[in-house]
Amino acid sequence: MSIKVRYFASLKELLGRSEDEWEFIGETSVIDVWQQINKDVELPVNTLVAVNMEYVSFHSIVNQGDEVAFFPPVTGG
Amino acid sequence: MQVKVLESSFDPCLEVQQYQSSKAVMNGKYGATSIFVGTMRDFNEGEDVKGMTLEHYPGMTEKQLEMIVTDAMQQWQIIDALVVHRVGNVFPNEAIVLVAVWSVHRGDAFDVSRFIMEALKSKAPFWKKEILKSDDVRWVEKNTDGYK
Repeated sequence: MSIKVRYFASLKELLGRSEDEWEFIGETSVIDVWQQINKDVELPVNTLVAVNMEYVSFHSIVNQGDEVAFFPPVTGG
Repeated sequence: MQVKVLESSFDPCLEVQQYQSSKAVMNGKYGATSIFVGTMRDFNEGEDVKGMTLEHYPGMTEKQLEMIVTDAMQQWQIIDALVVHRVGNVFPNEAIVLVAVWSVHRGDAFDVSRFIMEALKSKAPFWKKEILKSDDVRWVEKNTDGYK
């Protein structure tokens, strides 16, 4: 299965890129995605995650074609 | 209902006027209009700020704003709502956000305006990066609780 992974704001700067295309086999959660793609980078405290533009928990399972996004607390308004 | 994310500066009063004019169906129906405008300051957390860049997540931002307004419309009896938010390079004294709510009576308009703003502050994916007077840059790490 393949998914798109996106990063925003300070997380994008921390990683030095805004997105990844990632392929995997078997049941995979959002936290697995982070840990497997960014092996050497600890997930910053308070990071939020969305799948297909809706907030989810880090234990949510990802599926073929999903867009997973990691980003820091929002600061609009 | 309308939500807009704009890459250039906007006049909140003009936005309200234009939206209201485009909704002839509301004429004579509303007795209250609540208008909230968030404006960029030239200071924050003890530092002089000369500008900022507002990043967002295109698609998710609009989706979250629409969900917030829909949620409000299910909880309160309002007639309509308009939310406008800036992205890109913003400077002090420019409007960042506009929330306008039309309702029959003032209570719903006031309550929904507050509800939308607080929800926007915690759910809508926008991020502020400030440019200080010293030319240092810093990300705003979190929003304050509007009820404190």
